[in-house]
Parts: sequence; C-alpha cells; structure tokens
Amino acid sequence: MKSLAREVRKNRMLFLMIAPMVIYFIIFYYVPMPGVYMAFTCYTYQGGIFGSPFVGLDNFRFLADNLLSMTKTTILYNLVFIGLGTLLEVMMAIMFSEMAAKWFKKTAQSMLFLPYFISYVLLGAFVYNIFNYEYGAMNSLLVSMGFDRYDVYSDVGVWKYIITAFYLWKNVGVGTVIYLAAITSIDEGLYEAARIDGANAWQEIRYITLPCLRPTVITMLMLRLSNILKGQFDLFYQIVGDNGILYSATDILDTYVFRSVTKTFNVGFGTAAGLYQSLFGFVLVLLVNWIIRRIDTDYALF
Amino acid sequence: MKIKQSRGKRALAIFSYVFTGIFAILCLLPFLLIISASFTEEHAIYTQGYQLIPPVFSLDAYRYLFATPDKILNAYGVSIFVTVVGSLTGLFLIAMGGYVLQRPDFKYRNFFSFFVYFTMLFNGGLVPTYMWYVKLGLKDNIMVLILPLLMSAWNVILMKNFMHSIPHEITEAAKIDGASDFRIFRQLILPMAVPGLATVGLFLGLAYWNDWFNAYLYINDTKLHPLQMVLYRCLATAEFYKNQAAVNVGGGMTLKLPTESVKMATAVIATGPIIFLYPFVQKYFVKGLTVGSVKG
Repeated sequence: MKSLAREVRKNRMLFLMIAPMVIYFIIFYYVPMPGVYMAFTCYTYQGGIFGSPFVGLDNFRFLADNLLSMTKTTILYNLVFIGLGTLLEVMMAIMFSEMAAKWFKKTAQSMLFLPYFISYVLLGAFVYNIFNYEYGAMNSLLVSMGFDRYDVYSDVGVWKYIITAFYLWKNVGVGTVIYLAAITSIDEGLYEAARIDGANAWQEIRYITLPCLRPTVITMLMLRLSNILKGQFDLFYQIVGDNGILYSATDILDTYVFRSVTKTFNVGFGTAAGLYQSLFGFVLVLLVNWIIRRIDTDYALF
Repeated sequence: MKIKQSRGKRALAIFSYVFTGIFAILCLLPFLLIISASFTEEHAIYTQGYQLIPPVFSLDAYRYLFATPDKILNAYGVSIFVTVVGSLTGLFLIAMGGYVLQRPDFKYRNFFSFFVYFTMLFNGGLVPTYMWYVKLGLKDNIMVLILPLLMSAWNVILMKNFMHSIPHEITEAAKIDGASDFRIFRQLILPMAVPGLATVGLFLGLAYWNDWFNAYLYINDTKLHPLQMVLYRCLATAEFYKNQAAVNVGGGMTLKLPTESVKMATAVIATGPIIFLYPFVQKYFVKGLTVGSVKG
C-alpha cells in the first residue's frame, strides 16, 4: 500500500490519465458482476438483488435440460462457422495471392469485405426480402419458373443452413483479407528457391504457403473460439427473431437470455442462464488456451 | 515438366477467378435485391414479389418517406450525434489509457491491463447489467446509446498494441526536457498514433452506427430511436405506418401506403452513409484487423 501511495505521488499524471478508463470499467463492467447472485435467488421486487429468498441451485436445476440443449446448439453452430469459415478464407486468400489481374483482385476484395460493414438489422431486411412467403425474391423466382411457393418459416430443418450461409456471407471477406495480408508478408525468396528446385503450384501452396499461415490461423481460431459465447447474438436474433416454431433448431444461450429480459422478464432464470454462459465461456477460453499451449507455447494468450 | 507446371497453374488461376468471382457477386446480391425492391412499384411487388430488376419502376417509396421526413431526419440526427460524440470521446479515453498501459515506466501497467482484459473473460450477464443501467437512470436516456459502447477490452488492447509500436525513447527524451505526461501524450504521441487512432475510431464509429441492441433494450421514446432501430421497427411491425396510412404529397394528390417498398427504401436510407464512406475507410479496417490478429 505504501509503495502504491509513493507511486501515485511520483506518477500522478499517469494515474490521472488512466483514471477515466479504470472508473469506466468499474462502473460498466465490474459493478454488475455481483448481480450474478440473483441466479441463486427467487427474485422479488420487494427483496431486490440481495434481499430475495435464496434458493440455491434450483434455477439451474430447472433450466438444466434447456441449458444443455442450447449449449449443444451453440457449440455445433460455432464449430461449423469456424471450420467452414477458416477453410473458405484460407482457400480464397491463396486464390487471390495467385491472381495476376490487379483490378479483379481489388474489386472482388471490396465486394467480399462489404457485408462486414452493414448492420445486422439490414441483414434482417435481406432475410425478409429473400424468404418472405408472399413477396420474397426466392418465391418470386420459384413461381416464375413454374414451381410451388416454399414456406421456409414452417421448415425448421432448413434454418441451420440459412444461418450458416449468412454467417459466412458476413464474415468470410474479413478473414480472407487478413489471411491475404499474412500471405503477402511471406518471403518471396522461399518461392523462388522452391521453383528452382522444380516445385509446382500445388507443392508451393502445400509446403510454403500453408505452413507460413499457421500462426495466423491459430491466432484467428483462438479469437473466434473465445468469442463463441458472445459474438453471434445479432446474427441469430435478426435472422430468426421471435419465431417460436424455430427455437428448437436455432435457440442459442444469448437468445434465451435476451428473451428472459425482453419478453418473460424472469430475473432468476435469466441471470442463471447468463452466469452459466459466462462461466462456460471462461472455461472454454482456458481450455483453448491450454490446447494451444500444448501445440505451441508462443501462441498462447497467457 | 515445364508444360505440366504451367497447365496446373492455369487451371488453378481459372478456378480462382470463377470461385472468388461468384462469391463476390453473392456478397453483393442482397444489396441489389434491396435497392431494386425499393424502386419497385408497390402493386408489382404484390403480384410478382421482390425481384432483382424492378418490373415496374417507381419512386413512390422514397416520395412517401420524404413526404413526412421528420421521422427519418430525427433518426439520422440521433445516429449522427451518438456516433460522433461516442467515437470521439471513446477514442480519446482509449488512446490516453492505452498509452499509459504500455508505458514501461508505469509500474502497475500489468495489473491494470489484466483489470481491463478480465472483462473479456467474465461478465455479469445481461440481466444484472440491464437492472444496473436502469438503476443508473439510463432508461430512455440518450446516454445509454453512447456509454455501453464507449470502451471495450478489445479496443483498449488494440490501441495498446498500436501505442507500443511508438518508441519509448520519444517519451523519455521529452521527459528530460521537462514535459508533463499529458503534454507528451497530446503533442507527441497522438500525432504519431494517427493510423491506430483511425482504425480504432472506425471500429467505434461502425459499432455506434450499426447498434440497435441498446436502443431496443433501453429506449421506448421513439424520438430517441437511432436509424437502425427505426429500420428494425419498420421491418418487424406492420403497424409502424398504420397511423399515417395516407399522406398528402401536395397538389391534391394523396399517396397510399406502399408498405413493402417502403421497408426496403428505409433499409437503403439507413445504410446509405456506410456504403458511401466504405471506399475511403476500407484500408484502415484492413490495417486494424491485421494488426489485431497478428499481435493478439
């Protein structure tokens, strides 16, 4: 404590400069944290956060089945997102790096990158425009070709493909640009040496490009895995909305917690699901970090 | 050997152009659908649905929206205010904090870095956060559109990495000359950190402009709704325009409510500025994303 006081006196200005940030994080991130206690209570408005009756793990027990199935949905979706996404991004980055036509490269990249900029509400407008039963572009096309209308909103099974497609639509461009930047920073000498040794295009990719991309792939995987539990709420909510029929295939933890605030306002359940989500994310990050540490210590976050 | 090699290369090249070309067109397609629909005559939508090329061209949707422009203009005002004030304030505080966090002579830099980083690992969850914000008096308060997005661990870490690439010797030399830490930051560090500031500033700006979540949760007063929220309500509810089903457009003409094309025209209007700014800001985003992913 004494050394802290001395430090503050010595570097008063530095402490003043960092103070707004520290205060901000306390007020907007740390103060709500003790509120997770509500997960263990049967919340009443008279009792408030700390005066409501303590019920132990009852909320969790009641939610157990829901939480389990939502965790499964969340993980499955994200594994597909990350797997397919990384594959497409690396593939397209390699394709771009082999291209000679500059104008094509530039135009195509700008087009790929554009979806990243738009809001998820606009994505909702796209979904409406394409899949709306009466006026949707898809049904317009089907009808004009002589087929019957197709009601996407009553077909639960098809939504996992729609959500995945829109995820890729919005995110693949960014990933491609990042991987392309990594490829352009690879030493050109490596390729020249390989060519002198008679390597063909595929061998260059297999033995030079891919190994050199490894660090970037690992960092990106790490970032995405640690975001599994918070990144995709907008995507799911703007595509599916409050469409109860589709919940069985599309409900992730975020959407459940969101409904507990906006629709049902069940404080106990909502907090419990949120706490479960936070802890789950925490464990996931530790796990991923542990795995990466075993592969290569340099890439571990901590 | 040589022929085989060039044939392999050419096959790869053709496949590359076709594949990335198709993907790029798919990326653009939804935008074209929306724009086309916004210029389609309402009746044509009822009979033929949304199409890639308007079967019957019409400006009715835009004429309708601009006949009573208050709602859209007000939303623009809210969005612009929130984006400008939020981005500038956030950027300044993040830059100042990020600079201190990487100063090698700041003894508690690791402690405070972890203090910030920890919020990425664990948070109180939506319900306690919601209740706390309401308690702070943020319900139906325009500050709720600014404060929750002001600083995030991700942006702070990104900024810290940018600041770290500025040599510490500059700070040391200025200190010897007797400059205060704030003056060093303002007069020496800020001008050198412009690429980093541009990147983080754009991340912030985009987050503010595209935010609908905080408005949805905390704002009931429609006068405080930003553009994205107006668009959301316009898409989600048929009642949005019910109370003004017919609008006088002057000259004794009234315009019947063209719901379906208006939805798409609203989408175009809400997204327009982003699309126009896009070519100018793209390169800063690429830079920011690359730095972020290379340095973690």
